[in-house]
Amino acid sequence: MTEPAVAGLVTGSAADPETEPIVEVTDLHVSFGEIHAVRGVSFAVRPGECVAIVGESGSGKSVTARTLLGLTGDDARVRAGSFRVEGADASAFGERRWRSVRGRRIGFVLQDALVSLDALRPVGKEVAEALRLHRPVPRGAVAGRVVELLREVGVPEPELRARQYPHELSGGLRQRALIASAIACHPRLLIADEPTTALDVTVQAQILRLLAERKRTGTALLLISHDLAVVAELADRVLVMKDGVVVEDGPAERVLREPDHPYTRRLLAAVPMEHAKGTRLSVAEGEPPRTITPPVPGEIVIEARDLVKAFHGRPAVDGVSFELRAGETLGVVGESGSGKTTTARLVLGLLAPDAGSVEIDGRPWAGLTAGERRELRRHIQVVYQDPLSSFDPRFTVRRVLDEALGVGGEPRATRRDRAVELLEQVGLDASVLDRRPLRLSGGQRQRVAIARALAPRPRVIVCDEPVSALDVSIQAQVLDLLADLQSELGIAYLFISHHLGVVHHVSDRVLVMKDGRAVEYGDVRQVFTEPRAAYTRELLAAIPRLDAVSTGLPTRRAS
Amino acid sequence: MTSAADASPLGGAPVTTAVIAIGTGRPRRIPRPGVWAAALFLALVALAAVAPGLVASGTPDAADAADALQAPGAAHLLGTDANGRDLFARIVFGAAPSLLSGLGATAVAVTAGTALGLLAALGGRVLDQVVMRLVEVLLALPTLLLALLVITVTGPGTANVILAIALYTAPGYARLVRAQTMVIRRTGYVEAATSLGLTRGRIIARHVLPNAFAPLLVLATIEVGTALVAAASLSYLGLGPQPPAPEWGAMLSGGRDYFSVAWWIAVFPGVAITLTVLSITVVGRHLRRLVEGRTS
Repeated sequence: MTEPAVAGLVTGSAADPETEPIVEVTDLHVSFGEIHAVRGVSFAVRPGECVAIVGESGSGKSVTARTLLGLTGDDARVRAGSFRVEGADASAFGERRWRSVRGRRIGFVLQDALVSLDALRPVGKEVAEALRLHRPVPRGAVAGRVVELLREVGVPEPELRARQYPHELSGGLRQRALIASAIACHPRLLIADEPTTALDVTVQAQILRLLAERKRTGTALLLISHDLAVVAELADRVLVMKDGVVVEDGPAERVLREPDHPYTRRLLAAVPMEHAKGTRLSVAEGEPPRTITPPVPGEIVIEARDLVKAFHGRPAVDGVSFELRAGETLGVVGESGSGKTTTARLVLGLLAPDAGSVEIDGRPWAGLTAGERRELRRHIQVVYQDPLSSFDPRFTVRRVLDEALGVGGEPRATRRDRAVELLEQVGLDASVLDRRPLRLSGGQRQRVAIARALAPRPRVIVCDEPVSALDVSIQAQVLDLLADLQSELGIAYLFISHHLGVVHHVSDRVLVMKDGRAVEYGDVRQVFTEPRAAYTRELLAAIPRLDAVSTGLPTRRAS
Repeated sequence: MTSAADASPLGGAPVTTAVIAIGTGRPRRIPRPGVWAAALFLALVALAAVAPGLVASGTPDAADAADALQAPGAAHLLGTDANGRDLFARIVFGAAPSLLSGLGATAVAVTAGTALGLLAALGGRVLDQVVMRLVEVLLALPTLLLALLVITVTGPGTANVILAIALYTAPGYARLVRAQTMVIRRTGYVEAATSLGLTRGRIIARHVLPNAFAPLLVLATIEVGTALVAAASLSYLGLGPQPPAPEWGAMLSGGRDYFSVAWWIAVFPGVAITLTVLSITVVGRHLRRLVEGRTS
């Protein structure tokens, strides 16, 4: 235990500020009561270097980041072999000393800028606070410096924006404002915890460029992310964390190309962008990669013609047409506000279009009686992004499935057996029947949601962002499950996602939406390799990639 | 109103213990002693209401002029009134009529409020406007005054007291049910049920109502207390069950004139009302904590 501390002292005395680590921690342990969140993590971040910590939820990556700022909270027990911030022993820091470090020596950028910014203050004031607190510039120069900082992070019209409130700015601008306040005092290290997770792909690309720019000017970066592709764009060194332990640690190039640890390999295999339809994403160790044979497309099950729907005079969907055949997957991709979910609701008959028509199995929603509509609903089912809110909180899994089977016309006597059968189909066993969805994991909940959708034996399932809330490896399992069910049952999917990688992996054909219009519609290979629309090219160029690492597939970098 | 104001300072000692039980902060699975005591007391009152003969011997109407105005003691546990009737027996036998008005009014109000709330939330914009404006008018009128008005028109009696109290408590439930329904109809699970092809009636019966009901039930358990006090107040004013029927509010009123010579005639019915209302509130709050703990 004492050895690293001594070593730290030795290097500390002969410190060269250019190469001396800004933060160095060895054998870090953090526990909250019984929960041992971080176990024996060691790393250092040097000037101009980007270290990335990658892991799924519960891996301890965010706790590790917060520890470096002394923000673990009162109920945490922190223990470390050595813990130095700019050469000083941080384990002895009191609250006052930490405050002088935060913001001034180490900047912190959080994930969701809407909750991280004070809703009641203009963003300029927020940025100014860091300046007033640590006084890097005289008081009179603060306002000018705020505008300068906002311009530096690429906020257009910074004078105007500084006076606006967080809700008046887009997600990308908010994230930029947050970064501006984090770099206000020129911290030598910037810690970014999932800085792009809530953002659209083109905005994500801009933020990543901005972070790369900071790195080029000598700021060290500690990047926390679940997304290997985002990490690949920036990191020099990658630590892979699982259950509080670093399972792999090395140069980014090596970790992403030739991973040592099976968990890293599993994470890489789970990245959907790099694998064409039919490849399994969830691979058990030691098993050869298997493929899934997609069924041959059959007759048309959904036909949408010239759909138009406006809310308060603003068109949400504007002239969208497509068709979907049995056994086929149509991916609908677009950024937030592009009209994807409205399209889904029109197709599901939950909204009536202002113009145009939707036919399910050759029958249009319009002109049906209430009874006929209910009958038609069985043919088209839905799986949502947040499965938990789609279950009645009072219901157990048994009641959820029982209700769906009842609608499907299953006799009461055989419902239990069918429910167990459905659960087996989605990879769950009968033991979950008497549990409430609240007590299940995210992946299990989504499986129950899929089982419910299957219960009335539908022809089509509309999947609205079905894997967006899941960890990468769980996402891989759910995507594989959907593919298996398609090949077994010949179900068609209308698959809606903002995630181009996921859409690329699951789709036969793709519909690209922007501002309510279909800007591109075609075969998945054509759309991803020879996009016709400029917007599609822009989207594709913005996807962070692992590049030609490990998979052997040609990179399809457009532009 | 009047009766509660009269009674509460007199029921001093038990009040303080109950207040301590109310003041608990964090939700707990195991009820505190205060909650147990309140539940026990309510069980006793319930028994008295259902089978008064098991709790008290004797009859509430047996008048004996020789026994008039006896102080509490061995012969008469809580003393006797001006007609020589045993107060303990009267209080025990009075439990049923006293509770009937409060519980009945709450039941009527919950039912009517739920129907109105559902109508407003699901019946379209015009119906919503009509129902909610009506509800607001009712909420704007002074409560007891409205009840007095109703009874002036309909005449005294238990049924009319129930109607009068229900009329001014129902709007509160209607508002709650409407708000709950508005929220629930937009939830993912209602949309999921619609997508499955369930009928509108089934969705309301199976998903909307049961989910709206939990907070409604909690409100009702607490409001029962208020309704009880209101019923007692109306009886105190002579508008409830007519003498010689044993009713706590009416007994309190009857003891008013003898207060300087026989304090027990007014005090004990008052204590009965206070303890019942307090116990209901304590148990109601406990139930609310359980419900909140389950959903969050």
